[in-house]
Amino acid sequence: MPGKLKVRIVAGRHLPVMDRASDLTDAFVEVKFGNTTFKTDVFPKSLNPQWNSEWFKFEVDDEDLQDEPLQITVLDHDTYSANDAIGKVYIDIDPLLSNEAAAILSGWFPIYDTIHGIRGEINVMVKVDLFNDLNRFRQSSCGVKFFCTASIPKCYKAVTIHGFVEELVVNEDPEYQWIDRIRTPRASNEARQRLISLMSGELQRKIGLKVLEMGGNAVVGYLQCFDLEGESGLVVRAIGTACTLDKLSNTATSLLPPCSSPSKDLKEVPFSEDPNPVTHSSGPSTPLKNQTYSFSPSKSYSRQSSSSDTDLSLTPKTGMGSGSGGKDGGPLKTLYRQQTQSAFEHREFPFFTLTTFPPGFLVHVGGVVSARSVKLLDRIHNPDEPETRDAWWAEIRQEIKSHGKALGCHAVVGYSESTSICEEVCILSASGTAAVLNPKMLQDCSMEGCSEHRLSRQPSFFSTGSEKGEFDFFLQCQDSASILGLDDTSSQGCSFCHIPYDELNMPFPAHLTYCYVCRKQKVPDVLFTTIEPPLEAAVTGKGCLIQARLCRQKKKTQGEANATAISNLLPFMEYELHTQLMNKLKLRGMNALFGLRIQITVGENMLMGLASATGVYLTALPSPGGIQIAGKTPSDSSYEQHISNMQKKINDMIIKNREIYEINPPEILEELFGSPIPESRQRSRLFRSQSESSDDVSELDLSHGKKDAFVLEIDDADAVEDIHSLLTDAPTPAGFYSCNTETMPGINNWTSDLQMFTSVRVFRLNNVTSLTSHGLNKAFSDLCENLLKTLYFKLRSMVPCCLCHVNFNVALPEDELIQVAVTAVAITYDKDQAQCIAKACTDRTLLKASTENEDQLQFTLELCMESQSSQSAVHFSPSKVTESGNLQQVTPATQRVVSLDKASPLTEAHTRHRSPVSCTTSTVTVVEMTPLSFIPGAKITKYLGIINMFFIRETTSLREEGGVSGFLHAFIAEVFAMVRAHVAALGGNAVVSYIMKQCVFMENPNKNQAQCLINVSGDAVNFFKDADVESASSQPQTSGLQIGNGSGDVVT
Amino acid sequence: MAVELDVFVGNTTLIDKDVYQLWLDGYSVSDAVSIRIQSGILEQSGATPDVLESDTMDHYRAFQMLERLLHSPPKLINQLLFQIPPPMQSMLIEKYYTFDEPFVREVLGKKLSKGTKKDLDDVSAKTGITLKSCRRQFDNFKRVFKVVEEMKGPLVGNIQQNFLLSDRLAGDYAAVVFFANNRFETGKKKLQYLTFEDFASCAEQLIQNWTLGAVDSMVDDMDVDLDREFLQDLKDLKVLITDKDLLDQHKSLVCTALRGKVSTFSEMEANFKTPVSMGAIHGNHQKLHYEDVPRVTVPEAS
Repeated sequence: MPGKLKVRIVAGRHLPVMDRASDLTDAFVEVKFGNTTFKTDVFPKSLNPQWNSEWFKFEVDDEDLQDEPLQITVLDHDTYSANDAIGKVYIDIDPLLSNEAAAILSGWFPIYDTIHGIRGEINVMVKVDLFNDLNRFRQSSCGVKFFCTASIPKCYKAVTIHGFVEELVVNEDPEYQWIDRIRTPRASNEARQRLISLMSGELQRKIGLKVLEMGGNAVVGYLQCFDLEGESGLVVRAIGTACTLDKLSNTATSLLPPCSSPSKDLKEVPFSEDPNPVTHSSGPSTPLKNQTYSFSPSKSYSRQSSSSDTDLSLTPKTGMGSGSGGKDGGPLKTLYRQQTQSAFEHREFPFFTLTTFPPGFLVHVGGVVSARSVKLLDRIHNPDEPETRDAWWAEIRQEIKSHGKALGCHAVVGYSESTSICEEVCILSASGTAAVLNPKMLQDCSMEGCSEHRLSRQPSFFSTGSEKGEFDFFLQCQDSASILGLDDTSSQGCSFCHIPYDELNMPFPAHLTYCYVCRKQKVPDVLFTTIEPPLEAAVTGKGCLIQARLCRQKKKTQGEANATAISNLLPFMEYELHTQLMNKLKLRGMNALFGLRIQITVGENMLMGLASATGVYLTALPSPGGIQIAGKTPSDSSYEQHISNMQKKINDMIIKNREIYEINPPEILEELFGSPIPESRQRSRLFRSQSESSDDVSELDLSHGKKDAFVLEIDDADAVEDIHSLLTDAPTPAGFYSCNTETMPGINNWTSDLQMFTSVRVFRLNNVTSLTSHGLNKAFSDLCENLLKTLYFKLRSMVPCCLCHVNFNVALPEDELIQVAVTAVAITYDKDQAQCIAKACTDRTLLKASTENEDQLQFTLELCMESQSSQSAVHFSPSKVTESGNLQQVTPATQRVVSLDKASPLTEAHTRHRSPVSCTTSTVTVVEMTPLSFIPGAKITKYLGIINMFFIRETTSLREEGGVSGFLHAFIAEVFAMVRAHVAALGGNAVVSYIMKQCVFMENPNKNQAQCLINVSGDAVNFFKDADVESASSQPQTSGLQIGNGSGDVVT
Repeated sequence: MAVELDVFVGNTTLIDKDVYQLWLDGYSVSDAVSIRIQSGILEQSGATPDVLESDTMDHYRAFQMLERLLHSPPKLINQLLFQIPPPMQSMLIEKYYTFDEPFVREVLGKKLSKGTKKDLDDVSAKTGITLKSCRRQFDNFKRVFKVVEEMKGPLVGNIQQNFLLSDRLAGDYAAVVFFANNRFETGKKKLQYLTFEDFASCAEQLIQNWTLGAVDSMVDDMDVDLDREFLQDLKDLKVLITDKDLLDQHKSLVCTALRGKVSTFSEMEANFKTPVSMGAIHGNHQKLHYEDVPRVTVPEAS
């Protein structure tokens, strides 16, 4: 009985009228936790009842505290008939369980009913008294913090990054139980909401246990998903990265401890300690059926095949060696020692869900690895042993891992998993970025951190030479040199681009050149990744959102045949998406993709593919060549004319795009390296396969065979269409930029004006079958383009602004319906200032460079090649500027208003609209929501806990509620409101890393019915705007700009 | 390909003032779209008509959801559903309760009953204001009237407290409520040249000086009803209408009293008319016919 939960019901307001006769309500409240229920008195005849109840006390296990939600039901008392429910509030008390979290949860919560939506509000206070339980066999994991944020949260420092944690929980879906036939829709929805709440609590607790076993105290990059498998059940699964985090005492300091120089760290690492090769039983291309990893540990490790308790042994354990042995240096709590031993087994998958890393953590990036698998769902017979689902995911993860190895990488970062389900077919997907990480950072991010429990398998991953037996890798002096020579290149922001694999034995054909920054290491000509652009990355110009869209028809079939048909289609879809991405990237004159996310959605008679990424020009990579069109058919003159016209259009477009995105790589370099347009080059980093047919597919060469990838051959009408679609992508309107990453490379002074939004559209395709595949593609592409256009129009008052973290979600709810949901945040930035700062920095660099090298003309080159002095290089890298720009150079609000006024006629209203909010009369706290992990122009001072909410809304009066649009509009607004209320009750004023993970919408217009499920999550935080913490140094710069640049940039 | 569903929801509710005005003016979505197109917005933003339509629809939906809250502005301030910055909230309320001059001239002093509401289509036809907008304005009158009708305390303050309106607009509503309560006929031909503003300042003076609340602020503080004693006194004035001599005498007396005190004296003297001409007084239902009341109340106020 280690916890006491105390709840007090204070008051209600704006309650609905429940008694028609008196136009009033006799409301009372039931408070339920676990199996205990308390009731307040009835407050008669009022729509604003004041209950002022006593503190209701629940004495409960901390296991229950973690699993169960607090359930508050508001009812209308009725003397003669059954009491009518007004609505409910579910409160997840997990945020109260951490020792540093809010002490009390108190505030107004919307009273929510799954049929009527929000019906009034209730003021509730919740407290938890927790007695710490040090029992090592405990089933609870109170105190482990969860973060959706996929980076080390601000105001924490990472002591250790332990690695991948995963878990899944299965149950029957109440919607499909027999009892559902006799109960009301409301009861069914509530049963479902409660179950999912319970399951996610349980899942979090189990993951927390794993984290404790690994010796961690937090999970970052926590991603929880629901698979609504219908008849076969409900799966809740989660992945994350276990960490040991330390709270920074002074939140104003930078997000990371001053890391010692990597090279120094390396020397301390038991790097040479582990020269023994790791033998790997299977090659990279074959699926790992029996996962026999034999791993011979070095002397210092005691071999120990541990299997944890039943709850944890869900993934097939492979031979794992781990140990703490004599290496136990740190004065670590003995409690953890044994737990940490078993923690190493999780390194079975060296995956990291993080997308942003501490500087120096990421050594090299290999490229995107992905795996997909088509499965037929069957009923989960024993929910306590969901072996099949676990086995499926284990299989996919193994595949990812082996792909990573093939790229010469020991780890996968930016890792994520997803599913798409249609009837009984399910596509499981996983993707990430193969990478080489700094072992020192992995084990120990801070100097004093204990090294004992981190003598995991890292060394074996890192000694690249040890893998040569397996992969026929040469002992790579080059590679290890690059690791050791890390401090040379990392400061220039190019090291992560250097290839981690062996040049002579490349896993795929690729065109390599010497790095354009340091000229020492080889780089590929194109780089695809799923991560955020590293802070230290040297980027030229700005980035942009690039999307590849694809729609494929398939026959309506059942069962096995259906699965086979889908898995046969998948490789072609991936190939085509990849080609589209590549072409669009070239068209924008860029050479790298970040944040790549490929979503394949399965429907009854269609497969949709949507790949989104942010294209950038990495300074280290070679300049991309153009696109050449070649006609195949023997030419007549008009045809050739046509082709040359198109060629001209494409060339113009590339030039225009280079202007828009300000891509002006130093010309000198171009000449020096002399790589004119079409040379054969190969850039495909996409590795994928279907487990159904992985043997042949994983070898799939996505690099257009032997042909030159730049040449688009027009041999049929399809190819013409392809090119047309390439050219019809509407450019973003002036003043707008968009990206699907958190920050936009090249824009660095965000103002604190932000607007998060969700937009959902459902399209009906008429006669899908009569459409050609190109017609379908075009329809889908138009759909996405139109949606983006609408967003730009709606947000025009925020110009100049950037849509960040643009996240598309495609679903195929019915035969001819396509549903696209977009969540993103629009952030304004100060255009004038951006230029000024960039200019100032360049000037400064120039100055520095000139004083140091006495050569102004080729200073970049000089800097890279000769003086490795890191200071000047750092100053030059734009992203460094971002960092400092964020912290210091905040625009004074007044100035911003002025510039806005000039920009658009509409702004008068909107400047007023966005003026700093003072809640003089209102009791409602303003809560910002953003999908980003930070709030521009503000500092996060405290993380208050994870928000993970699941709502169902149903209606039987669709027309009366304004049709499907009215229904969904209201529901999304309600979800936002409930998230905000919870954050405010925790004492927060923002949600960061907000994501709408699911939005399942079903309608039946004939019956006037609709139902929608929404799942959202994020981190509740407290922040304060640092407009007043402005550094004095930024002032002169700003004012100087206003004078100099003021009139030049009025037109946006 | 048809759009079945199309929504946009921002964490901070996006509100376009222009669209809000169109909605308030009672235009349908398609009318609003064509008006917006005429305003040249497409050229400015490079958008297409379907984008504009989708945007307009979104706004209209949001306004419809907000309307329920606008009926009781304090609710709008404290609700959790829409996050709207306070300045925008006040703008929404103020504009929602703003009424058109031609409309109010038609309705002022009429009983705010269902019967009057039924005649709104005539009003709409006469004034050129859409029926929808007329209904909104009429319902606003009626709602404010109902809430403050039985309330004690100063009328303007009550309206402000319950509807969070600006001083000026609250004053206007006080006039509307006052006229509606006392059923002063303002539609007479003779009064046609008077603007609502004239009536409003008249009402302000009446409330300040002649209502129950003005006479005795302690007891039964009501601003809506005229002081009973004052009405009795008015009865005695009736004689002025019927007897020309008495009227002249009254005129000269008033003029003597005011000579030198009022700057616009000569103008006043020329235009002197009976301050109040009363038809009949039946119990509590007073029917007063005003003639040129504002001009008379000016000296009183000064």
